[in-house]
Amino acid sequence: MQIKSGRAGNKDARKMIECSEAIAEATALCKPAVVATYPITPQTHIVEMLAKMHSEGRVNSEIINVESEHSAMSACIGAEACGVRTFTASSSQGIALMSEMLFIASGMRLPIVMAVANRALSAPINIWNDHSDTMAQRDAGWLQFYCENAQEAYDSIIQAYKISEQKDIMLPSMVCVDGFTLSHLWEPVKMLSQADVDSFLPVYNPLYKLDSEIPVTMGALAYPNTYMHFKKQQQDAMLNAVEVIKKTNLEFGKRFSRIYGNGMIETYKIEDAKEAIVAMGSVCSTARIVIDRLRQKGRKIGLIKIRAFRPFPNEELKKIAGKIEKIAVIDRAISLGNSGPLFIEIKATLPKSHINNFIVGLGGRDISENIIESIVKKIGQKQEIEWVF
Amino acid sequence: MNGYSKMKRIKKLGQAKKETKKIREEKLEEFEGFVSGHNACAGCGAAIAMRHIARVAGRNSIISIATGCMEVVSTSYPLTAWKLPLIHSAFENAAATASGIDAALRHLNKKTNVIAIAGDGGTFDIGFQALSGAIERNQNFLFICYDNEAYMNTGIQRSGSTPRFTETTTSPYGRVLHGKLEWKKQMPFIVAAHGCYSATASIAFLSDFHAKIKKALAIPGPKFISVLAPCTIGWKIQNSDAIEISRLAVQTGIFPLYEVENGTVKLNFDIKSRPVSEYLKRQGRFEHLNDREIREVQKKVDEIYGRIKNLSNLQIKIF
Ligand SMILES: Cc1ncc(C[n+]2csc(CCOP(=O)(O)OP(=O)(O)O)c2C)c(N)n1
Ligand code: SF4
Ligand SMILES: [Mg+2]
Repeated sequence: MQIKSGRAGNKDARKMIECSEAIAEATALCKPAVVATYPITPQTHIVEMLAKMHSEGRVNSEIINVESEHSAMSACIGAEACGVRTFTASSSQGIALMSEMLFIASGMRLPIVMAVANRALSAPINIWNDHSDTMAQRDAGWLQFYCENAQEAYDSIIQAYKISEQKDIMLPSMVCVDGFTLSHLWEPVKMLSQADVDSFLPVYNPLYKLDSEIPVTMGALAYPNTYMHFKKQQQDAMLNAVEVIKKTNLEFGKRFSRIYGNGMIETYKIEDAKEAIVAMGSVCSTARIVIDRLRQKGRKIGLIKIRAFRPFPNEELKKIAGKIEKIAVIDRAISLGNSGPLFIEIKATLPKSHINNFIVGLGGRDISENIIESIVKKIGQKQEIEWVF
Repeated sequence: MNGYSKMKRIKKLGQAKKETKKIREEKLEEFEGFVSGHNACAGCGAAIAMRHIARVAGRNSIISIATGCMEVVSTSYPLTAWKLPLIHSAFENAAATASGIDAALRHLNKKTNVIAIAGDGGTFDIGFQALSGAIERNQNFLFICYDNEAYMNTGIQRSGSTPRFTETTTSPYGRVLHGKLEWKKQMPFIVAAHGCYSATASIAFLSDFHAKIKKALAIPGPKFISVLAPCTIGWKIQNSDAIEISRLAVQTGIFPLYEVENGTVKLNFDIKSRPVSEYLKRQGRFEHLNDREIREVQKKVDEIYGRIKNLSNLQIKIF
């Protein structure tokens, strides 16, 4: 949902804030017991802000300045296993380095929340935005939310804790914002109070934890006769998450009057649309502008924003795709040897639709309104996958 | 024997009996945190070390264990050999996971021992960064390395701890190369250089091992113990040999028992009295060593032992 414009001083007063700071502020309201920090551009502002708040006594989390992202995730795992809330943030190479631990966090059913400022992967080394880092971790068993603006990032952090920590989910979440494009963007953000968040987000109290009073073994060795059951339970939890994401989004909307579609996807001018752009993250805002302009010229086009990439919004897409004849999927990542990862999944969900894939914005290449317009011109073309430079 | 001394003797005997009874009762009450039923090979030295770590640490402890033999043999779902809360997450991160536990406990205001356990691979090699980082951050935890001098869980491959000339599956004995080429990393000193308590221990010197665990747990901040853990299959020794080989390792000076505390070295037992050959010849992994190679090992051991002894005598602060 677009933020309603408001004047400073009215009851909708917003704070002009950098997205990274908004994420840090939201995290502080969730009161994680342990925050693991490790620097990597463009994520660093998030943990720097938390460290600053900590030094000023505004958050009483234990901050661990670890020596690598692998250890950041390991420390979150160790702490979360003790039954407390944790947070970390990373990007790109950091996500790649902690990949091993991402699978373990999810397999051990530890609802850690991590903010990701999406950035391209080396080589060549590049610090700017695309989605290759988190797309490469799509099978790690983490819920993945892609945010369009600072407000959504702020709200999604709070929602992510609530969703992840539900007893029938217990899976970690990534809240992704486009590196620089969004992470470093200053926007007006409507802030919540501690009382607001305390009444929305229950105290975290997991069933099992490392506690010398009731000793349990965590991270056991599973033989072929049990391993598959663990994975099935993880998958069931992922599927449970669909309804919980929707419910949480709705509840958040009712409480704080901000709602993001149905939680899984958000649509724009899709009701009578014959064509649709499918995208994730900050590019959706550019797409909205282009859609408005094209609509004025009579083109029946809309936007489908994928907010939750994991779990994937299969049913939600099927429900709305029926009337849409042509779809353009914008990917900010490439599964080398095939096509854009978002496209691969959309095509599998909507086998009957005509879908074109556009690979754009890799390594921070700007996605201007012109680029979106040129993509729209190619909707329905024969060539299935096209790189737009 | 006159009547007086006989009385005295009987009295003494009575006292001794009482003492034994007391000790026995205490033993019965003693907590076992690593219990039978695990899948370690018969005669595994590391499993003996686990039992003593758990016993001395006691109930109020949380273990973070690295992937490796001890984790694999003790946590076959749905069974566990641990009566202590334990977490295993990966191979290289026992210290990082322990850091998270330490932070959480601090937040919860709980005073519980945090013990990270890893093999030599999970300590000297792949786990080294996480260990060094956790020590530098002054995390309150005890790191215990059970040193069986190779990657045993994956089938006896050489590690940074494997001694020179050892035959492993990745440093095999051949016509040209006689086992591993490099010397063992001096890990307890490398750790000590961080400025924390660092000690070696042996399953053949249990009271010393117990005392070191107790002492370490009482020190705030990071501390490190490396315990030699003979591996029956990897070292190619008899199932009944682990304790004896451990004792020989100390008596030959190959694995001296020492502590580095406050930057000062203390040799706990200056009992180097046997040639290294007595230790080497008991183990199949050194079967191929010729006299020249044994002499080379002897020279190296003399040199390192001599240095430790000198430092211990001089009592100078080296770190
Ligand atoms: C990242 C990673 N690399 C490799 C392995 C495979 N692996 C599992 S246990 C192990 C050897 C462990 O050696 P050590 O730490 O000495 O313990 P030991 O098995 O000797 O008790 C290896 C190489 C792994 N689990 N994870
Ligand atoms: S292989 Fe060696 S270390 Fe592993 S369980 Fe067997 S004896 Fe113990
Ligand atoms: Mg080993």
